[in-house]
Amino acid sequence: MRGGVRSRAGAALCVVGLAAAAAAGCGGGVDERAVGVVRASWGDPQNALEPANTNEVQGGKVLDLIFRGLKRYDPKTGAAEDMLAERVESDDAQNFTVRLKDGWTFSNGEKITAQSFVDAWNYAALVDSRQKNAAFFSYVDGYEKVHPVKGEPTAKTLSGLVVKDPRTFTVKLRTKFSTWPDTLGYPAFAPLPRAFFEDHAGWLRKPVGNGPYAIDAYTRGSVMRLSRWDGYPGPDKAENTGVELRVYTDNNTAYTDLQAGNIDLVDDIPSTQLRNVRKDLGNRYINQPAGILQTLVFPLYDERWSKAGMEKVRRGLSMAIDREQITRRIYRGTRTPAGDWTSPVLGDKGGYKSGLCGDVCTYDPGRAKELIQEGGGLPGGRVTLSSNVDTGSHRVWMDAVCNSVNNALGDDRACTVNPIGTFADYRNKITQQRMTGLFRSGWQMDYPLIQNFLQPTYYTDASSNYGKFADARFDRLVDEANAESDTGKAVAKFQDAERVLAELMPVIPLWYQNGNAGYTAGLSDVTLNQFSVPVYERIKVK
Amino acid sequence: MGRYVIRRLLQMIPVFIGSTFLIFFMVYALGDPVAALFGDKAPDPAVAARIRAELYLDQPLWKQYLHYMGQILTGDFGTAFTGQPVLDLMADAFPVTLRLTIVAVAFEVAVGIALGVVSGLRRGRPADTSVLMVTLIVVSVPTFVSGYLLQYLFGVKWALVAPSVSPEATFAELLLPGAVLGLVSLAYVTRLTRTSLAENARADYIRTAVAKGLPRHRIVLRHLLRNSLIPVVTFIGADIGALMGGAIVTERIFNIHGVGYQLYQGILRQNSPTVVGFVTVLVLVFLLANLIVDLLYAVLDPRIRHV
Repeated sequence: MRGGVRSRAGAALCVVGLAAAAAAGCGGGVDERAVGVVRASWGDPQNALEPANTNEVQGGKVLDLIFRGLKRYDPKTGAAEDMLAERVESDDAQNFTVRLKDGWTFSNGEKITAQSFVDAWNYAALVDSRQKNAAFFSYVDGYEKVHPVKGEPTAKTLSGLVVKDPRTFTVKLRTKFSTWPDTLGYPAFAPLPRAFFEDHAGWLRKPVGNGPYAIDAYTRGSVMRLSRWDGYPGPDKAENTGVELRVYTDNNTAYTDLQAGNIDLVDDIPSTQLRNVRKDLGNRYINQPAGILQTLVFPLYDERWSKAGMEKVRRGLSMAIDREQITRRIYRGTRTPAGDWTSPVLGDKGGYKSGLCGDVCTYDPGRAKELIQEGGGLPGGRVTLSSNVDTGSHRVWMDAVCNSVNNALGDDRACTVNPIGTFADYRNKITQQRMTGLFRSGWQMDYPLIQNFLQPTYYTDASSNYGKFADARFDRLVDEANAESDTGKAVAKFQDAERVLAELMPVIPLWYQNGNAGYTAGLSDVTLNQFSVPVYERIKVK
Repeated sequence: MGRYVIRRLLQMIPVFIGSTFLIFFMVYALGDPVAALFGDKAPDPAVAARIRAELYLDQPLWKQYLHYMGQILTGDFGTAFTGQPVLDLMADAFPVTLRLTIVAVAFEVAVGIALGVVSGLRRGRPADTSVLMVTLIVVSVPTFVSGYLLQYLFGVKWALVAPSVSPEATFAELLLPGAVLGLVSLAYVTRLTRTSLAENARADYIRTAVAKGLPRHRIVLRHLLRNSLIPVVTFIGADIGALMGGAIVTERIFNIHGVGYQLYQGILRQNSPTVVGFVTVLVLVFLLANLIVDLLYAVLDPRIRHV
């Protein structure tokens, strides 16, 4: 409050010329910037900043700055590269031995040992900790004891985790999962210092990790100041002296601030500005693929959509959507038409194959109409599109998709939009299986693996399989892929599984989402990673 | 006078209970907020159940309400989903919004009344006509238009101020947002003052004052203005509550982390403790402002007595 009192005298002087208000020396006051610090836009994280409790991108930004795990995804290629891990080995794709590199500490000086990992993972998996990402540990043996669906846990720690020596621990998985080591770049697998357990509230006020930055000050809901940790032992040391994350409620304001030079980096360009952004920023505008796929899901728990013959109708609907035009007109190239069920960020080696879906994902109104008629027509002659409309301007593309379908069918009332007021309400309707027509779903990858795009979403009874798609052939191919120790062969199996999706079309792929960012002339080397998060440590300040 | 104040204060208790009740039920009607915490992913049933139990969401609605009211009586307004106590959020947000409101009210009082006096005393002349024109335009332009426009002009085009407000939100930084917030009310204050002044200018006591040969500034300030201010004060009093609660748009445009910001986050995330807590305090502010207005009547017009 002292700050407020002090400035009151100054304000009184200014009030005299209030109309000219801001004009004179009365405004401003924000601009004392430290040398070499990147001032970047941020959103208020939804949850407390525990690694296994952060499931959205804003909290993820902080974790990316202050934590390093066993592996890290290369911001360019997406390949999982060893960070703290010296090696992660297995003979049978089920029992893994993790060996840590020497010389890593937390920024408070504490040494990182195998115990730092095992404690963190046990905490994350235990149901009493209420961690939203607990399911990432469900592959580890003993998960059902620490995280039962109902009732109290019968164990406090995962039986599959055993510390062998300060630099070695073993992990036993419940089933074979050959690419499991590549999932370890996900922030939920980060190690935690003792302080996290001993003074939990204090740690949450000012988290301490082992990344290239350390937090100096954190005012919840408004600003976080981080500075480069000079003792950081990793290879990706920060190129700037620090990062200041500022919370914005309105991305228009952040964009205006960027234009005024009041902030250096904005990673969410408002849709209304997409038209001007090239003119405003020139080559300081970034538009590159991110690991996000937008889809429309059929409620296959509803017999009218799942009965035999309906796959023709489902495929027909997919062909009735003019993805090309919608992404160009509405999104101005910040989305690209989807041709498979993965994302371009995986790269060809990782399993992305643009033409895999083939004709069924290509706009062909004539063929679409034929297919739908062959399949017996839309149930009741109608289809609805549902989505929440409180954020993300979903209404606009839903109208466009419906128009596209209606034009193809030559029936103005075939497709209608069903807007749902709030995100929570929409999520509840999906979870309770109350959808009767197509509904929007978005999949943001957790780690750049083709497995992550297919298994959680289309495997029988998988956690995010909202349409309740179930197909024995698909499941078998995924199982085979997971047991395959050769990555190339595993990817081929996953693509075979994807071909089943193209045949049965339980979910229509719409478009791949890009990450956007803009920055001022004072920065260079600004890039986004596959999660559309800026790679802060590589940014240079002029 | 004392008894009048006490009676008014006691009236606030049922209003307080009624407003918390209504708001609580309205937020509750939006549905279960826990599913949204997991984003586009399916909620982990075990974790979701634990979170519901912790937030008391697994109880029937009336129990939740009683539990919430019980908490409030012990000074606990619950917690937001980030784990922060709502009381902390209030301690952060209300001073900021209060500063913003003070700037806005100061702006509308100073400029609004001055313009109203000028145009009221020069009725029908060019000065009066132009004031009427300008205020008409200001009233018809929505806040988000004037906000973005002035922000762009002052912040980007002329680069006189930073377009957004820092977390400290000092008075100096709040001048432009305060002006934007108070702009529409300023137009009303101008027009109210002008009309009231023009009406009273023909009153008998003014003619008497002129006949007594009092100096003009004394007639205008002591006699004319003071008697003309009653409708203006009523308006400003009601406006304080409206400005504090209605700053959502302005606070968003200028990135001010005040009451509007917290309410917006609370509504978006359907966090009932945040929304109910903040709105309840706003209701109390509104009531207090009205009480102060009523008391001011007696100061401005000696004929009014509160018993």
